[in-house]
Amino acid sequence: MDDTPLRYSRESGDPPLDWPPYKSTSLRHPKQPLVYLPHTITEITGPRLGGIISEGDNDLTNRHAGEPIGERIIVFGRVLDAEGKPLRETLVEIWQANAAGRYRHRSDRWPAPLDPNFSGAGRCMTDAHGGYRFVTIKPGPYPWGNHHNAWRPAHIHFSLLGRAFAQRLVTQMYFPGDPLFSYDPIFNSVPEQAARERMIARFSIESTQPHWAAAYEFDIVLRGPAATPFE
Amino acid sequence: MRFTTTPSQTVGPFFEIGLPWGTGPFAVPEATPGAITIWGTVYDGAGEPVPDGLIEIWQADPAGRFADLHDHGGPSMLGGFRGLARCATRDDGSYRIVTVKPGRIDAATGAAQAPHIDVSVLARGLLRHCVTRIYFADEEEANAADPLLARVPAERRATLLARPIDDGYRFDIRLQGPEETVFFDV
Ligand SMILES: [Fe+2]
Repeated sequence: MDDTPLRYSRESGDPPLDWPPYKSTSLRHPKQPLVYLPHTITEITGPRLGGIISEGDNDLTNRHAGEPIGERIIVFGRVLDAEGKPLRETLVEIWQANAAGRYRHRSDRWPAPLDPNFSGAGRCMTDAHGGYRFVTIKPGPYPWGNHHNAWRPAHIHFSLLGRAFAQRLVTQMYFPGDPLFSYDPIFNSVPEQAARERMIARFSIESTQPHWAAAYEFDIVLRGPAATPFE
Repeated sequence: MRFTTTPSQTVGPFFEIGLPWGTGPFAVPEATPGAITIWGTVYDGAGEPVPDGLIEIWQADPAGRFADLHDHGGPSMLGGFRGLARCATRDDGSYRIVTVKPGRIDAATGAAQAPHIDVSVLARGLLRHCVTRIYFADEEEANAADPLLARVPAERRATLLARPIDDGYRFDIRLQGPEETVFFDV
């Protein structure tokens, strides 16, 4: 048994469930008050999942006969808890649109081209230092039906299981300087500016590989131990 | 030093290209003796099925032990038991998970608890996931002594009870509306 928290902090910069600017929240957000759940063994434990990863699952550019169209990028970073402790052996899953902003999904009706060489999903486990790395292409922004002239900033969806049920996180990684930020109700559902900035990757010239791929660094911070041992 | 946590964002409508696994809906191998199916439908506030949701479960085995990364309270001795399963809802809003019924958690592993399954509900329109728990309608005695159920207003407890059916249990989830499922602050 390693040293793992018995309770997790509930501090978060998460968005509210009821957020009228994002229309789909209206019929889907619970209206009754949430019932406080003191963390028990069920919430402080988490699965072993090493077996579901295969070599190469973190490269989204080599799944098909040819190379996908678009700007090849490296997306890398570390998964930490709020105290800065690296979280090893935790599953990181991503999915994204192609360079034209189109998802390979039956419900995506945006008439931008599909890329026969891009499926848009990858996964990896963090290493002993909490590190992860993907090779992919930069996704395009895409329109959606939320309001007149609505466009999502370019983003990559991230899912993290963490090392405990209480650390579960699904988020989106954005790219620095996107002109669509101020128009996007999903990005802006996060109340604090500092927390929004946590979702924006940093361009890394140090990790960019000459004549091959630009690199973006994206550290992900999951909840850490509760500050006090008693609730 | 404390770092700002990365905030949650919705899973969106297209997670099906990334999140389902071949063995996703199976918390145990299908041939496990005593395997049960838990299925149900996810509804929105208009009573319409939610066809783009994801249900994820995490639970103990029948002995009340977890297949935990840290070996807390365990480890589970049940062969092939993963304890985690996930299933995207279908066009009719239904999900189906194959698992074993969890046992009671005894006081040696923390507070005693009735058999239960932690459930994360993710969907387009949910900016962060919602957490509920499945308890079992046929565990009246254990449920009556469960410390978390005691915190839930009595008239809403039934929304947390899975009902026995032929090969397992049925557990519907209502995100909103008159019979809204109880969700927890975790
Ligand atoms: Fe998206």
